[in-house]
Amino acid sequence: MRLKYFRALTRLVAFGLVVGGLSGCGVNKIPTLDEQVKAAWSEVLNQYQRRADLIPNLVETVKGYAHQEQQVLTQVTEARAKATQMQLPSDILSNPQAFHQFEQNQAAVTGALGRLLAVAEAYPDLKSNQNFLELQSQLEGTENRIAVARRDYILAVQDYNTILRTIPGRWVASILYPDMKVRETFTITEQAQQVPQVKF
Amino acid sequence: MRTRCAWADRGTRAGWALLILLLLILASPALASEPNFPPLTGRVVDDAGVLDTWTQSELTDMLSAHEGATGEQVVVVTLDSLQGYTIEDYGYQLGRHWGIGQKGKNNGALLIVAPKEHKVRIEVGYGLEGTLTDVISRTIIENYILPSFKRGDFNAGVLAGATSMLQVLGGNSLEIGEPATSPVQGHFTPAVPVKVKPPSLPQLALIFLLLPIFNPIFLFGTLLIFFILPRSANRQGGSHAWDSGGGSSGGSSSGGGSSGGGGGFSGGGGSFGGGGASGSW
Repeated sequence: MRLKYFRALTRLVAFGLVVGGLSGCGVNKIPTLDEQVKAAWSEVLNQYQRRADLIPNLVETVKGYAHQEQQVLTQVTEARAKATQMQLPSDILSNPQAFHQFEQNQAAVTGALGRLLAVAEAYPDLKSNQNFLELQSQLEGTENRIAVARRDYILAVQDYNTILRTIPGRWVASILYPDMKVRETFTITEQAQQVPQVKF
Repeated sequence: MRTRCAWADRGTRAGWALLILLLLILASPALASEPNFPPLTGRVVDDAGVLDTWTQSELTDMLSAHEGATGEQVVVVTLDSLQGYTIEDYGYQLGRHWGIGQKGKNNGALLIVAPKEHKVRIEVGYGLEGTLTDVISRTIIENYILPSFKRGDFNAGVLAGATSMLQVLGGNSLEIGEPATSPVQGHFTPAVPVKVKPPSLPQLALIFLLLPIFNPIFLFGTLLIFFILPRSANRQGGSHAWDSGGGSSGGSSSGGGSSGGGGGFSGGGGSFGGGGASGSW
């Protein structure tokens, strides 16, 4: 009698542990979070690309009104070229060096664009040019989207890294997903990335 | 008999311990630092108290007619405070928090006014970024909203802004110059009567709140009923007392399935990615 109860009990506990283990800490959660990190990262890339696509048009427009600002214009073009030409290794998210390089390149574009927009302030004709106004609001919108995408990525990585570094997930990962590594995240602050707001 | 009771006791105790453990696991999603959001009380949330009742009802009619026709959710909100966040930072999080727009389509938009900070923003969900572009949002703000706001007339500014947002979303181009309210209002007078369902928002909220708590209990319940207990009962050749006890716990979990939409107005689960434009006066 006693033994049977004991068996039933151990079975209950075992079920509980298995169910708890499966749902709570890892088997499905780790790949899910991994996918979320990937999705967030592709959104980051997407928005940076969107910004890069706006730049040639912007440079052309500014050139028409402020051709004497050659230096700033060249800086923007060069920074953009450097950022878009960088070959992203497939393991960039777990490769600190490449990730940092990517971040630096994009920050350089942000800085150069900020200077360009600041310079544009001195040219009233440019500032009232419809094309420039449109590009400017697209650029502002894109910078904002980049900020959101970066924050989403940071949060996704936080969740993913946490489960990979804390106990049940860590064990699950070492047994089932040995190839999943802790991901890199952004280090440069968003403030440093922000384009100065241009007032009308 | 005594020993048997002791085992049973221990069994329930272990069960409780496991339950509590699971509850703790489920209840522990980290509290991220987010701004405080006003409750979504309707399509017009006048948290700052700057809109008169006529404007509010006018806006509500317009916005609900638009949702009836297109499924797109547009919400007007005035904020008492941005709580130190930029309006861009606050805006997309508010949109996500409320879940404006339909899930999967993300076809929602917000018109956000922060009178204290002198900021206004049109926040556009992922799904509407193609029609209500950054440039158009900026144009609406500059040409339709800010002139009234500069005069201190929030009612007119918000009305003109929301009207032109709906105009653009409806596939019409903006009329540059004077805010044209009359043709648009003709276009948006609700042809379809607004459906009103009995208010069940608090109930829904309660169910959603309780669902995660009951989940493990149900899981254990089902396991208990279908796998473990019948066997041990059969082995003992015991009575069928277990069978009758089982039925009650399974049923009630399904109640929470129906999505929001009862009563006033609720977000459909849409998401935002920072599209739109901002302005200040």
